[in-house]
Amino acid sequence: MSSIGTGYDLSVTTFSPDGRVFQIEYAAKAVDNSGTVIGIKCKDGIVMGVEKLIASKMMLPGSNRRIHSVHRHSGMSVAGLAADGRQIVARAKSEATNYQSVYGEPIPVKELAERVASYVHLCTLYWWLRPFGCGIILGGYDRDGPQLYMVEPSGISYKYFGAAIGKGKQAAKTEIEKLKLSEMTCREGVIEVAKIIYKVHDEAKDKAFELEMSWVCDESKQQHQKVPDDLLEEAKVAAKAALEEMDAD
Amino acid sequence: MNFIASKQPENRLLGPESDTQRTLYPYVTGTSVVALKYKDGILMAADMGGSYGSTLRYKSVERMKPIGKHSLLGASGEISDFQEILRYLDELILYDNMWDDGNSLGPKEVHNYLTRVMYNRRNKFNPLWNSLVLGGVKNGQTYLGMVNMIGVNFEDNHVATGFGNHLARPILRQEWHENLSFEDGVKLLEKCMRVLLYRDRSAVNKLQIAKITEEGVTISQPYSLKTYWEFSAFENPAQGAIGSW
Repeated sequence: MSSIGTGYDLSVTTFSPDGRVFQIEYAAKAVDNSGTVIGIKCKDGIVMGVEKLIASKMMLPGSNRRIHSVHRHSGMSVAGLAADGRQIVARAKSEATNYQSVYGEPIPVKELAERVASYVHLCTLYWWLRPFGCGIILGGYDRDGPQLYMVEPSGISYKYFGAAIGKGKQAAKTEIEKLKLSEMTCREGVIEVAKIIYKVHDEAKDKAFELEMSWVCDESKQQHQKVPDDLLEEAKVAAKAALEEMDAD
Repeated sequence: MNFIASKQPENRLLGPESDTQRTLYPYVTGTSVVALKYKDGILMAADMGGSYGSTLRYKSVERMKPIGKHSLLGASGEISDFQEILRYLDELILYDNMWDDGNSLGPKEVHNYLTRVMYNRRNKFNPLWNSLVLGGVKNGQTYLGMVNMIGVNFEDNHVATGFGNHLARPILRQEWHENLSFEDGVKLLEKCMRVLLYRDRSAVNKLQIAKITEEGVTISQPYSLKTYWEFSAFENPAQGAIGSW
């Protein structure tokens, strides 16, 4: 695969001769091994979807939430180590409520993304802390409209109109690029995200998965919430149908 | 009751806490809140006055607010403490919403939370100077409770705060019955509020009536009660006064 660190990869405070910090790259590998997470920015909001790989048949559907609300107007979905993700979500919630109590308005999504990115970056600066092994897709709706950010384990964060992390991210990105997002409403976006996740799911390697989706849009009154059950069902049906159509060709 | 002023040496036992001020007296206060259970839920009434001592200084204070999906909170006492309570409850409801699991805090839970907050503040000799009325409907169950600044709390079919306890509750004890219609409930509340308007010096003639049912909260626009001052007992009030100055 990629080059082995050999000696320069033992600590996050060591640079390699070619200027890389291997520990951070290894953390990113943890993200690449997890189920796909997608976020898209439609014209009236954000839709996020997670391919939750089911470890055991005995798990109840609906448990192990991967998408969390950070405040009323924003949410984040996490790929990678779930426990690390919980820590980041807790921090984001605390930053959001703190901003609200100091400034009296919901935290702007840009500000939230910066704070989350700083926090993730913090854990790449000290030898006694390890980097977070998770990638985050953050979607929110503030005064400037809907916005989508992605935060990587290195602590960088960029604004996107479509983002994917996890196993199927390459295939997912290709699919997202095909979509005309600026003309799409979130209702339509939910169906498209479901189709993409079903498409990039690798039947051979991972048997079962559960689809979890959330949105924050004009229809949800700019509140971040799970996609309503009826729409979710509709999306799953459409996605399965699209898959069969593809297989039939 | 003896409230210890914060600068005195006796507070040294309490360590750094003694440097902060404690609530000694209220400044801007609201007067009574009256509430009753009716057929579809709860009806609550409160006037819109904020008194600064004996001055009726603020006349558009909203003393009833919806909390989450299922509750309605009415407060009398210090207005700034009421605003602080609303901030606490806002955070409570926010965290409840963030679970996004189909559950939400009902009026009984919110009342319990408020009781804990009020009682714990009272134990630290730093009370939130309010009497609170918490009513709501969840899953068909109607709930009406009260908690005050010393932490006394109870639930009942009709509650009131402050002067309402002395002037309104007797009327409610006589005339309240189960399954009041909305119109009868409003008439009963207006009767109580009229008595309070005549007899409570900190009442203002601008009130709101709020209703909470399974469908949600509605708070009426402010309006005034019609009053009648031509009672014969009011004529010549000084007639029987002996040696009045």
